[in-house]
Amino acid sequence: MTGDWLSNSRPILGRVTDLLAIETPTGAADAVAGVRITPVDAVGLEQRAAALCTRSIKTSSKAAALDLAIRVMDLTTLEGADTPERVEALCTRARHPDAADWSVPSVAAVCVYPELVPVAAEALADSAVAVASVAGGFPAGLAPLEARLAEVAWAAAAGADEVDIVLNRSAFLSGRYQKAYDEIAGAKQACGSAHLKVILETGELGSYDQIRRASMLAMVAGADFIKTSTGKIGTSATPAVALCMAEAIRDMAEQTGRPVGLKLAGGIRTAKQAWHYLVIVGETLGPGWLTPERFRLGASSLLNDVLMQRAKLRDGRYQRREDYSVD
Amino acid sequence: MAPVGDFDLEYASAPESTAPVRLASQYGLFVGGEMVEPAAGRLAPTVNPATGEALAEVSVADAADVDRAVAAARTAWEGGWRDLPGADRAKYLYRVARLLQERAREFAVLETMDGGKPIRESRDLDIPLAAAHFFHYAGWADKLDYAFSGRRAAPLGVAAQVIPWNFPLLMAAWKLAPALACGNTAVLKPAPTTPLTALLLAEVLRDAGLPPGVVNIITGDDAAGAALVAHPGVDKVAFTGSTEVGRAIAAEMAGTGKRLTLELGGKAANIVFDDAALDQVTEGIVNGIYFNGGQVCCAGSRLLVQETVADTVVGKLQRRMDTLRVGDPLDKNTDIGAINSQAQLNRIQELVASGVAEGAELYTPECVLPERGFFHAPALFTNVSTAHRIAQEEIFGPVLSVLTFRTAEEAVDKANNTPYGLSAGIWTEKGSRILWMADRMQAGVVWANTFNRFDPASPFGGYRESGYGREGGRAGLLPYVELVP
Repeated sequence: MTGDWLSNSRPILGRVTDLLAIETPTGAADAVAGVRITPVDAVGLEQRAAALCTRSIKTSSKAAALDLAIRVMDLTTLEGADTPERVEALCTRARHPDAADWSVPSVAAVCVYPELVPVAAEALADSAVAVASVAGGFPAGLAPLEARLAEVAWAAAAGADEVDIVLNRSAFLSGRYQKAYDEIAGAKQACGSAHLKVILETGELGSYDQIRRASMLAMVAGADFIKTSTGKIGTSATPAVALCMAEAIRDMAEQTGRPVGLKLAGGIRTAKQAWHYLVIVGETLGPGWLTPERFRLGASSLLNDVLMQRAKLRDGRYQRREDYSVD
Repeated sequence: MAPVGDFDLEYASAPESTAPVRLASQYGLFVGGEMVEPAAGRLAPTVNPATGEALAEVSVADAADVDRAVAAARTAWEGGWRDLPGADRAKYLYRVARLLQERAREFAVLETMDGGKPIRESRDLDIPLAAAHFFHYAGWADKLDYAFSGRRAAPLGVAAQVIPWNFPLLMAAWKLAPALACGNTAVLKPAPTTPLTALLLAEVLRDAGLPPGVVNIITGDDAAGAALVAHPGVDKVAFTGSTEVGRAIAAEMAGTGKRLTLELGGKAANIVFDDAALDQVTEGIVNGIYFNGGQVCCAGSRLLVQETVADTVVGKLQRRMDTLRVGDPLDKNTDIGAINSQAQLNRIQELVASGVAEGAELYTPECVLPERGFFHAPALFTNVSTAHRIAQEEIFGPVLSVLTFRTAEEAVDKANNTPYGLSAGIWTEKGSRILWMADRMQAGVVWANTFNRFDPASPFGGYRESGYGREGGRAGLLPYVELVP
């Protein structure tokens, strides 16, 4: 027996457009023609992610790392019970996270539901802090497409600098890639000059292969950022998921020259977790990604821990939890 | 917004403390349960390869010392060890395993100081795995009657065991644990450059209450090793080291009736198909060749990549090599530590120079090597032909040769085109291809979608010039027993 059949078997590796059978609009096709998807080995991926989480950061770098964690933070409130007052308070914290120490940098963005975008936009006017809005039928993404696209457009028109939409998992998981692709491309158009972040909800995708595939799909469809999670389900960002998506972004950048950002969200509560993610992104994508333009941490309770660690580094002792405001 | 790349991620210098290690200025030989002075009183320094400084002076055994050690082992064997019930032998082995775990940090730091390997590896692999081998074979000691169906496993007698410098304590465990479990006694000779963890193991053996003479540890040069394997009082020889020395031992053993197992060199092929998970492949290649600075007999030193993804894989690999950290092996962030000795460093440099001279293309990342000690930057050769020395000879250093292939058959041919046959790696997402390839690899160990993974239950050993005999698992009992009806 010869091994010809082994060598000539249909490769799993291939162009994203072929593999997912996506038709791209004229012009867009050229940009993504060479983009390939490679499989992911779960054991190897998790080993590498775990190894990266054992790196220890230099004490002198730690202060800068904590400041970076603040500068890339999307301070988030996504509760049904959100009020304008609560959002205003969050915006005040976003500008000056530590009222007692104005050397603390401001966060990257405040992330809210569309209805509260005007409140945030006014509260953050003439600040460097961006307004981000979830939209597009967040968190399930199963509203009628027209309604979802209208919501995206509405949020952008209301003053959102960044719009976070969700991947249509129903379409993606059932193999209707064209539909998933078209919806993201539509949202990209609807949000105009606002930046589009696409949430993959990795906890629902079932495997790293699917996460890699979804990452590629979202990127070729026009996402400026790909994001792990809504924070609305149990499983969210993990070091291995972050590494998996960072590797997809690295391939995309190498194959098309387009740098796509990475947003990790859900379950990130401690400064230590934050700098594990800094290490994963820094080692995988290089220092060029360690900036708010290409990297975000979406969190609601991370800020206080980072501030506490920062004060500890400064004063040599921990402050009381009560010294920090609770959102 | 902040400018792109405005933050430089710097890792802390995180050196492991050497506080747990208490070094003596001089070490004797461990014979008959105590530390004794060598007959001729000769000493030699053992050097920390990361600094070039001597750590201690170690005895150099001569023929008289070998005599004494073999006699002690014989006395211990005949005096009771061979007749001890397996369950009782197991108790000692369990004790040794637990003591190794208790003193793991001390062993790890000492291993790194004496041998130059990164603390990350000695801490996470060498020491835990050494303990695991003792645990594993402790479990076999009272089950030998059931290990080989219908036959009884009788011990052989005195085992002479000569081990290399790349995994000093681990190799001692690989050798001693099965020998003792099967009811043999042993004389172990560690490598001249890395004797210290074996001598610390002597302390552990004594603390475990092991009867005097069951294990004897003699240090010294190659002459001491030669005297040991040639000693007429030895029933079994186990050697791990170079093919050259192994061949000499085999020639000398011929006709003596001594049992012999050899674990020698290797030039493993790490084979990457175009459907593999390329980012994990990259990590696997790095782990395959830069683990322990490539000073591993089963290192994946020949990378065979399917031509359709060769450029991609080499690109990913070079990028990953740029992030490898070479330096102080005691630093927890170090990926590549020191080369074991000046002699080994010279050999690596000579072979790298031959690769350049023969026309292969060399890539090494920019990295600042420490001023003292023996260090070599990770190296990658492309445009390598199978005829080049770097593709044929075992380099035993952080040097990878990249070759390409088109079809699976070509990969098989190229992989097997070596006098060695210790290990191989196959990277593909296709299960049937893994099995098809593994069937055709002339190598004792075949890894699929991973590399350099070890487990006490898994047999390890070679084909052809990589030696014969297996270590680990049930197969690892065979070299230490006589099967009788």
